Amino acid sequence: MDIFIKRRKVFYIISLLIIIPGLVSLVMNGLNLGIDFTGGSIIQVQMDSSVQSAQVRSALKEIGMERADVSKSGNQFLIRTTELDQEQTRQLLDALESKFKNVEFLSAESVGAAIGKELTNKAILAVIIAAFAMLIYITIRFEWTFGVAAIVSEIHDVLFVLGLFSLFQWEINTSFIAAILTVVGYSINDTIVIFDRIRENLRMKRKEDYANLVNRSITQSLNRSINTVLTSLFALVALLVFGGGNIRYFILAMVIGFVVGCYSSIFVASPVWYDIKNRA
Amino acid sequence: MQEKTPSILVVTIIVIALGLLSYFLYQPILNNLNLGLDLSGGLRVVLEAEEKKGQEVTPDTIQKAVGILRDRVDNLGVKETALYPQGKNRVVVEIAGEEDPEAAVDILKNTAELEFWDESNKVMVTGKHLKDAQARMSQGEQGTAEVLIDFDKEGSRLFAEATRANVGKPIKIVIDGNIISAPTVQEPITDGSARITGGFTAKEAQDLAVLLRSGALPVSLKVIEKRSIGPVLGADSLDRSIKAGIIGLIAILIFMLGYYRLPGLVADISLVLYSLLVLGAMSLLGAVLTLPGIAGFALSIGMAVDANVIIYERLKEELRYGKTLHAAIDAGFKRAFWTILDSNVTTLVSALVLMYLGTGPVKGFAVTLSIGIVASMLVALTFTRYLLILMGNISKNKKLYGV
Repeated sequence: MDIFIKRRKVFYIISLLIIIPGLVSLVMNGLNLGIDFTGGSIIQVQMDSSVQSAQVRSALKEIGMERADVSKSGNQFLIRTTELDQEQTRQLLDALESKFKNVEFLSAESVGAAIGKELTNKAILAVIIAAFAMLIYITIRFEWTFGVAAIVSEIHDVLFVLGLFSLFQWEINTSFIAAILTVVGYSINDTIVIFDRIRENLRMKRKEDYANLVNRSITQSLNRSINTVLTSLFALVALLVFGGGNIRYFILAMVIGFVVGCYSSIFVASPVWYDIKNRA
Repeated sequence: MQEKTPSILVVTIIVIALGLLSYFLYQPILNNLNLGLDLSGGLRVVLEAEEKKGQEVTPDTIQKAVGILRDRVDNLGVKETALYPQGKNRVVVEIAGEEDPEAAVDILKNTAELEFWDESNKVMVTGKHLKDAQARMSQGEQGTAEVLIDFDKEGSRLFAEATRANVGKPIKIVIDGNIISAPTVQEPITDGSARITGGFTAKEAQDLAVLLRSGALPVSLKVIEKRSIGPVLGADSLDRSIKAGIIGLIAILIFMLGYYRLPGLVADISLVLYSLLVLGAMSLLGAVLTLPGIAGFALSIGMAVDANVIIYERLKEELRYGKTLHAAIDAGFKRAFWTILDSNVTTLVSALVLMYLGTGPVKGFAVTLSIGIVASMLVALTFTRYLLILMGNISKNKKLYGV
């Protein structure tokens, strides 16, 4: 297995092949921002599954909410609208209760546009602070070349997940930021285990070029890298399949991020460190 | 061979003790956990004071509003609430376990300013002078309810004056600018009591009485963020995530046992202790378990295994170099220690940032993840190590260690 360094350009290209379309989509379509960011209301109710979305739509039209977006999954209905105040929410629920039978209130969320802006700013701040804190830690414990390589692979992971969410227009909310930060933390964790091995092998001062050394370090850590992502995925996939619908995209972002994080710590972080080290 | 018997004994005792511990602690710990709004049903509302001309919102105003809102919430008879000011002009209200969260929002956001107007819409008496308000069924109209109010001394005097001056004319009863009713005054009312009728249902009258008793808010509040979750969805989410968590956990346990054999068994036993520790710490710290929090917990189990994986891979390597089992276990732990520390600290950093900056569910996720990371390091570096050394005494067959 000496492909990690020799074939690194191939892996760079594979990464770019997915990241570039994602970036293009990010620029052209942006992300599908949920109400946490844009402001608005989402009301979730449970009704007989014989009720059709169109019926709900026409019921809402009667109370002047023709622009509401109704989606149905099983016996649950999700109604998205511009921000409703309390009277309007009440009006909507009353309208549903009078038109349909067995209406069960599930949830109602309203977020003002101003709050959305605040949340967005806070989220961006969180990601930047976390990235810096980790960079500082790595620089203290290792050396700056590792720090830079780790950050490159982090940016790789974040762009990858953001790109996919933009391409598929999956909805993102504040919990998405939490998912991204976890992915970053996890991927750095993964990367560090390999860097740790490189550092250890460097200390042994064998007569060995960097290419070999990095390759050997990756191979030595490979079992761990794969097994750890597997056990985490067991937990995440179980949540994705059996868990509630409200955190589906939150979990999905982590599933994608963990797989990419594992990939990048093997095929991006260490090869990039090798490239930096050779030039520095 | 001398060591063999005691080691087996100790391992057996540990396993039995752990089994008993989980059996007896599981239920009390679960009962003691605070469930977040998304699991128990309830609501979180952020209210923002609306500045009017000539009326500045001061910290004092917000403090007063918090007091009045607390009064109202207490009157709703719900068990778990949190009410606190946020920033300069906001109040956050969190109520857990509320059956009808939307109705609670209705009550909270009302300013509840009661006024009595004469024919020319001049304010004669206000709710400021109220002593008490009670709901009761109407004597006149069947099936409707009304609110009976008592004025304080000053209010009684003003109300007596108002009614005296308006005999034969209607007095408008106005709440938050809406005319509720306009009864005609038959004779001056001097005993300081009045009835508010308006075809209320029993519930409406009850709510109105609560509002009037707690008094009018010093400013009008606007809902700028609201998340309300009905009890049905909360219970459903809880069931589903517990099920998902158990399935994920079982998959991890089986994988570890199958892949790492004897050390895998040690990892599995350690995971039981780990889960007890995390849940126990959460219930002792009064941390709130949210839906993303459960995800954080499930995730931290996956990561707790990581420490074991790092150690065991090292162990295998050392064994392949031809070291004896004990030397290999020793070297494995020594070398794995810094790797585990470095890799976990970075994850902890991002979890702490989230804990500091996040709100609500996101915070819940970060708290569980942080507790999980610390607990997993502790368990791996002490308990797992001890257990592995004991196992090493019992069997030195390298095949059992996956080599």
